[in-house]
Amino acid sequence: MAAPRCIARGLGRLSCVSTPLSSTTTRLTHAVWWSSRILPACTRTFATTPARLHGHVTPPKPGEELHVTFIDKDARTHKIAVSKGDNLLDVAQANDLEMEGACGGSCACSTCHVIVTDQDFYDRMPEPEDDENDMLDLAFGLTETSRLGCQVTMTKELDGLVVKLPSMTRNLQASDFKS
Amino acid sequence: MASVARSWTCMACQRKALNPSPLQSRTLRGLYSTKASRHDRPFRMAVVGSGPAGFYTAYRVMSRIQRAKVDMFEALPVPYGLVRFGVAPDHPEVKNCQDKFEEVARSPDFTFVGNVAVGNAGDHFGGCTVQLDALMRHYDAVVFAYGASKDKTLGVPGESQLRGIYSAREFVGWYNGLPEYAGLAPDLTQGDEAVIVGQGNVALDVARMLLENVDVLRKSDITEAAIETLSRSRVKRVHVVGRRGPMQAAYTIKEVRELMKLHDVGFHQVDMSLVPDEISKLPRAQKRLTEVIVKGSTANIDTASRTWSLDFCLSPVGFRGGPDGNVRSTILERTSLAAPFDPTSKVSGTGALVEIPSAVAFRSIGYKSVALPGFSEAGILFDDRSGIIQNDGLGRVYTNNAADEAAPRQHLGGVYCAGWVKRGPTGVIASTMQDAFTTGDAIVEDWASEAPFLHEEPSHGWEGLKQEVDDSKSQVITWEKWQKIDKAEKERGQLVGKEREKFTSTAEMLSVAA
Repeated sequence: MAAPRCIARGLGRLSCVSTPLSSTTTRLTHAVWWSSRILPACTRTFATTPARLHGHVTPPKPGEELHVTFIDKDARTHKIAVSKGDNLLDVAQANDLEMEGACGGSCACSTCHVIVTDQDFYDRMPEPEDDENDMLDLAFGLTETSRLGCQVTMTKELDGLVVKLPSMTRNLQASDFKS
Repeated sequence: MASVARSWTCMACQRKALNPSPLQSRTLRGLYSTKASRHDRPFRMAVVGSGPAGFYTAYRVMSRIQRAKVDMFEALPVPYGLVRFGVAPDHPEVKNCQDKFEEVARSPDFTFVGNVAVGNAGDHFGGCTVQLDALMRHYDAVVFAYGASKDKTLGVPGESQLRGIYSAREFVGWYNGLPEYAGLAPDLTQGDEAVIVGQGNVALDVARMLLENVDVLRKSDITEAAIETLSRSRVKRVHVVGRRGPMQAAYTIKEVRELMKLHDVGFHQVDMSLVPDEISKLPRAQKRLTEVIVKGSTANIDTASRTWSLDFCLSPVGFRGGPDGNVRSTILERTSLAAPFDPTSKVSGTGALVEIPSAVAFRSIGYKSVALPGFSEAGILFDDRSGIIQNDGLGRVYTNNAADEAAPRQHLGGVYCAGWVKRGPTGVIASTMQDAFTTGDAIVEDWASEAPFLHEEPSHGWEGLKQEVDDSKSQVITWEKWQKIDKAEKERGQLVGKEREKFTSTAEMLSVAA
């Protein structure tokens, strides 16, 4: 059961536009993180990226795109077009953002912690369940508008949502140890 | 399916590989091209230990150093450390991180070297051994991520003499199929009451195993031997005791809530004098946790078939046994908190003694790492008191300044640590992941900045080292061989309707792999 998710996630890492899986002309060993690590994470600044066709996010139908913006640890902005029903963990992973999801999106860890930047958007989301709050209680850098990415599902009301990835290593930067 | 998927790329990716964007070229230059000599050759890294700390460090380094080649040494024939042998069997979702580890392990740049202990095979059963100095000769870098293999003891009378007193480490290892404790056979039939000393999440795991309906556990990957023993258990009343109070406790909310929700298991009200009047004014996490504890169990305490309690402000001073040599009770001293509502409150003994009947007792007061043989010869500083390898907080291992003993400690180039052996045995997988990423980043930074590593000349890693390993008595377990063990365990599980039935002896594992 775990395998398809894992593969899907690997595929999601690709910056692919579209390729039919049945084609035989483009076979290269290049589909999981370790084979595409020739380059450091490819990120774009202030660009609207269409959601990838790979992974377990659904490509949005033209005209039905919802937009979510991630602000990563280096304060770079990634605006992504997604479909209704996609959750933020899947979206982040399909777009190569640094979000781990150690428990595979089953609300059993806090590695997909995001901070909603706008209280108004936070209020539009259904309230977190106890199990999500229990995990958030253990999250680094918890705020009043923290959520777990795996539990936030995109809806029309959340179109335009902006979330920040917490900088978990803030207190452990190498520079802090240098005189 | 996996191999098909992995052999895929698309046109966009090919284009990108051929024509990196200006940004990417710049980053590449900055990170990897400072000096041709080092970065034209593979970076050979050995990881000692195959738990989350080892895998997440390997993952980070392999993601960020283009030509990293990682060999992971594991004393047992099977990988994943405490994910396999520590995480409770009824928490399968926590084990999902194995998906990521498997993805790492399938990389052509990763080699699993199982059934090979580093330094000393003493704790394990007849596997191969490599000496630390030999390991260090064959790699650019070595990462110690071997966790905490011992547990702390109470050091009170009766603890080591009486039967029926177990460490949580051995009990958890036993129900999770750790070969070292396969023969533990804990006796849960001597009476109704059990005492668990310690109030961390491991203590609550032990409590849950004793309280939960065995039919719920039957579907998990708990060993059949454990199911058999638990189904004969007479334990009906579990005391989870701690020296401090509810405002200082180490357990976390998920584990407490789970116990409160157990079917037909009641919770005895906590001592409310240790809880502040205005819970709503506490910080968020503490407030929510306190609310769960004050609210108590869903099952009615008067009618529940099993019950438990959190007994605060008690410090064990000894165990009393019966004429048969079995433990009968735990003697505890009542303690007093200087400031009951302060999470960092000091605690002191009052001299007043309490006796709790205990047909079985567990100590769950923490794990401890130990130094590997060869550390002092290699100049690796180990802090015996805290049970950690001395490091700069980012995972760079310290050594004494060779020229001047009084000078500040310095990084022993190419030697790193991650996980519990680096920061002590606390925290969940998420904290270990973060900690391993920090170590990984330190390694990447050092490699990019031309900092000294173990060798200037190229090393050959396992390819070179394996010539020095005596594998005549036992076999080295590769990832493919582990997959055979994995498959066999899953097949055994299928026969009894569970995810897997673990092999509990290394001999069984090795015979399946052969």
